[in-house]
Amino acid sequence: MTLVKVRLVSGRSIGQGKGKELGKFSQQYFQSVAICELSSDDMNILAVPEGGNVRVKTDFGDVVVKAYTSKQSLPKGIAFMPYGPWANRLTDPETHGSGMPSLKGIEAEVSPALKEEVPTLETLVKNLYSEK
Amino acid sequence: MTALSEKIISDVVCTICGTGCDDLQIRIKDGKIIEAKNACAVSISKFLEQHAQRYSSPMIRRDGELKCASFDEAVCKAATILSESRYPILLGWSLTSAEATCIGVELAELVGGVVDNNTGFCHGPGLIGAQDIGVSTCTLGEVRHRADVVVYWGANPIHAHPRHIARYTVLSKGRFREGRKERKMIVVDVRKTDTARMADLFIQIEPNGDYELLSALRMAVKGEELEQQVIAGVSSERIEELADLLVRCEFGIIFYGVGLTMSRGKSRNLDAALSLVRDLNRSTKFLIMPMRGHFNVCGANEVTSWITGYPYAVDLSRGYPFYNPGETSAVDILSRRECDSALVISSDPVSHLPYSVAKYLSEIPLVTIDPHVTATTMVSDVAFPTAIMGIEASGSLYRMDGVVLECKKLLDPPQSVKSDVDVLRAILDRVKSLKGA
Amino acid sequence: MSELLVRNGYVYDPLNRINGEKMDIAIRNGIVVDDVGSSAKLVDASGMIVMPGGVDIHSHIAGSKVNLARMIRPEDHERDVESRTSITRAGVGRSIPSTFTTGYRYARMGYTTVFEPATPPMKTRHTHEELNDTPMIDKGCFPLLGNNWFVMDYLREGKLEECAAYVAWMLKATKGYAIKLVNPGGVEAWGWGKYLTGLDDPVPRFDITPREIVRGLCKINTYLNLPHPIHVHTNDLARAGNYETTIKTMDCVRDLYHGGKPIIHITHVQFTGRSGTDWINVASGAPEIADYVNKHEHVDIDIGQIIFTDTTTMTADGSFQFLLHLISGNKWANTDVEAETGGGIVPFHYKKSNYVNCIQWGIGLELALMIKDPWRVQMTTDHPNAGPFTEYPRIIAWLMSREARGRVARKLNKSAHRRLDVPGLDREYSFYEIAIATRAATAKTLGLKQKGHLGLGADGDISIYAIDPTTINPSRQYKLVRRAFRKAVYTIKEGKILVKNGEVVDTVPGKTFWVDPKVPQDTYEKMLSNLERKFEDYYTMQMSNYPIGEEYLLASKKIETVAGS
Repeated sequence: MTLVKVRLVSGRSIGQGKGKELGKFSQQYFQSVAICELSSDDMNILAVPEGGNVRVKTDFGDVVVKAYTSKQSLPKGIAFMPYGPWANRLTDPETHGSGMPSLKGIEAEVSPALKEEVPTLETLVKNLYSEK
Repeated sequence: MTALSEKIISDVVCTICGTGCDDLQIRIKDGKIIEAKNACAVSISKFLEQHAQRYSSPMIRRDGELKCASFDEAVCKAATILSESRYPILLGWSLTSAEATCIGVELAELVGGVVDNNTGFCHGPGLIGAQDIGVSTCTLGEVRHRADVVVYWGANPIHAHPRHIARYTVLSKGRFREGRKERKMIVVDVRKTDTARMADLFIQIEPNGDYELLSALRMAVKGEELEQQVIAGVSSERIEELADLLVRCEFGIIFYGVGLTMSRGKSRNLDAALSLVRDLNRSTKFLIMPMRGHFNVCGANEVTSWITGYPYAVDLSRGYPFYNPGETSAVDILSRRECDSALVISSDPVSHLPYSVAKYLSEIPLVTIDPHVTATTMVSDVAFPTAIMGIEASGSLYRMDGVVLECKKLLDPPQSVKSDVDVLRAILDRVKSLKGA
Repeated sequence: MSELLVRNGYVYDPLNRINGEKMDIAIRNGIVVDDVGSSAKLVDASGMIVMPGGVDIHSHIAGSKVNLARMIRPEDHERDVESRTSITRAGVGRSIPSTFTTGYRYARMGYTTVFEPATPPMKTRHTHEELNDTPMIDKGCFPLLGNNWFVMDYLREGKLEECAAYVAWMLKATKGYAIKLVNPGGVEAWGWGKYLTGLDDPVPRFDITPREIVRGLCKINTYLNLPHPIHVHTNDLARAGNYETTIKTMDCVRDLYHGGKPIIHITHVQFTGRSGTDWINVASGAPEIADYVNKHEHVDIDIGQIIFTDTTTMTADGSFQFLLHLISGNKWANTDVEAETGGGIVPFHYKKSNYVNCIQWGIGLELALMIKDPWRVQMTTDHPNAGPFTEYPRIIAWLMSREARGRVARKLNKSAHRRLDVPGLDREYSFYEIAIATRAATAKTLGLKQKGHLGLGADGDISIYAIDPTTINPSRQYKLVRRAFRKAVYTIKEGKILVKNGEVVDTVPGKTFWVDPKVPQDTYEKMLSNLERKFEDYYTMQMSNYPIGEEYLLASKKIETVAGS
């Protein structure tokens, strides 16, 4: 199976910020945040089209999101995901006694997932969180 | 409609990020915001989409589903959850007013819980670092007037604080600096962001290499020789070039983002950065400031500090304030499944915290207070819709540099939607009567 | 209608020349009155001292640098916590207590009015938010104006009346009480990391000297008829031998004095009362300063007395704070404020083994003992800079008892002991003089007509201490005195009993005093249009967002003055 190993960095983006103000369940938020940005090298290895679905997996979980070539010059081996519920499916809760979980620089594997769907926020919440 | 049903409100304070722009001009027509001048792209979305994903009635979970309830019922249920709880956590506070946080701290004290805010998983390491080293800082105008060197480290203001550069730093005009040509911009980041593209000097650092790079800079700034040729992916020549720029400037500042607080080392990265800035003050004038992301997380720190002595992660279960990040911080408490209920205000931890942590939050009795429907409101047991601060409710906020701004109320909230202050006060009063206070 | 009668106590009310007379004090609806009805609540003060509630003229209790100090010193709080009770909120001490705790601890000592002496105007909303959460005491704050760009520009241009109009605007905009100067001109220099020396070093890029700033603001203060004189933290605080600058600062406005109350208040003179040329030979300049103050009535001071303890230094004097960090190696915070001022924080431990700290300890007491007029030398610790305010009773004991001083003096660094005059000073304060130093004089210099005394019309703020002045000899029994002043038997605020036997039994929010001076309309308008033109150039905040509305204060108490009359 085609796979790239990356270090995952999560952070803000204008799209994530704007989408957030339009609502977490909005189409704009989904389109801006349920994504993963990669270097052009890594995109080539994965051989998925722009916006093609990929599975991102870390020791803490995995999630399917859309992949794009980064416009902010990511070097090979680094992936960027905007803050949000999809990125947090993957982050490390360990704070090492500091209170701060590890939201940046986590080791991840990205593989094509063209036949799978990117879960909406509603799906994520319904499937993953408590059925009270 | 005639022009009479239109009005323009000037000097409006934006309530999104820590940049604290207070020069917005909002045009309102027929009770709706139709224009927001001077607002950045994110801010325009907020003002123009005031009604996106709101809900108008308090909700209580009954038979597994969130159903509409009266305000009194919801207050009663929320107060009962908190007062019967052994170790509740009250979390959020970063996107609401200082007045609301004052009430929140009192509530946490009354129910013997933990009051914590976004700092713990955002800029907490900077505060922890300052508790060891101290911090040399200033208000943003000082940068505008005096700075000839501006460093953005692990921060991408073009995306996260869009007007920062034009209002306060490299593109701004100050009493002693004409503008761009009198300033040097340096960006340190793992990727060449849109902010980095503007820089006079861009340093691409390896992920998790901040502590080493900062330590090397500290050495270089003191004139010591670097033995390694490459440190954190940066050549020693580059490091020495950067050190030279920093030492020779007249007034320099490092603005740092969560790139520094969230990567490996965490508060140790800040020990190094704060120490570097302190060391630089032996040669020149140098300062540092965190790029706070939420518009009032600073306010949450300030209020919590003046009432309890500590800026976040305050455990009041003993009857007096106790602070120990790593022990009393939200992520750790949730991770270890120690709290037995939670109140979350203007925050969406289900979206923004690591899954396993957020999952626990969804399993315990949960009260949420938020203007919008969020992933967190979806899993709560009681949810209160509230007025958007800065649009439908007034209140004070603390900018990233600690300057207080008063937000105006521009419009009424949707019918029957109350302010955070009113909701919290009602819950507080109800808890008081339940406890026979 | 609520009535209270404090019966049979030994009353010390120096403003009304009452010196230990056994008398009753009657309060109705919070004000001292002639007498009250038989249904009045009775407080039996038999065998005890009755004084007006304490008035602290200078104590850093609220605002951005105070809170930053709280934030970065968790170790200060851990050792000293206050649990929540049914009446009081939880909180922490020690040198930087949380706000509710600050109020309770002042009240427990019988203090009922406290002033925050240094608020950066642009951040004064923060100060008021904290003062709103500081119960039990009436309060106010002094906006920092000695490094303000508008002030310096106006004074350089000789536009005194317009500058006065600006100061009037600032006092109203910040809801401030008095004009505060800290290292005038020097903090602007520190904006560049630079230092000024003495009174005549020009401020970089502003072409004005500290002397001109002090004189200008002194004239403006008089012109605006403000209740309190200019409150000055002098230049050269970090210089080893700086008493000369203090005297020069006092002297630089001497020609502006035309009788009446003082026109300049120099604060925490201990910090700027050193003689010598460097830290090795530093000694006390108190005798020289005392001599000047004794000969010149236009000055009054507060002492800023050192307590040998672990405390926190915090001032607007950013350059001093950095130097203290370099000397001590302790952590250092710096907070410069655009167009206005600066600030710094450094934890510090005053030790009896340290030569300089011992000299400092001596200076404060020498000032108090060598200045003859008790009305012009007031008791403070510049809390928390020289020590926490909770140590005031210790200072009271030192002032009243040579023996108490001697016990400390014997443990001092030997060289310091040799060089100080204080071990040889006999003078001991009486209760009357203590009442002056801690209430009457401070209220008088602040111009608070209803505070610091128990005459008709005064606020019913009373403290009662478990000391029988007819049987106690404070000179020998100073420990009893110290203990008594730590815990008031009663603290009464506007006729309400707030503290009983050192415990809080009730709370009040307290009022915030501020001053609103009226200036000629045409000058005011001229100033406003200049302000509007320049505001956005100087500040990163819109002018309309700058002034603080009166509704911001929990309980506002405005004092109006009229310029010129």
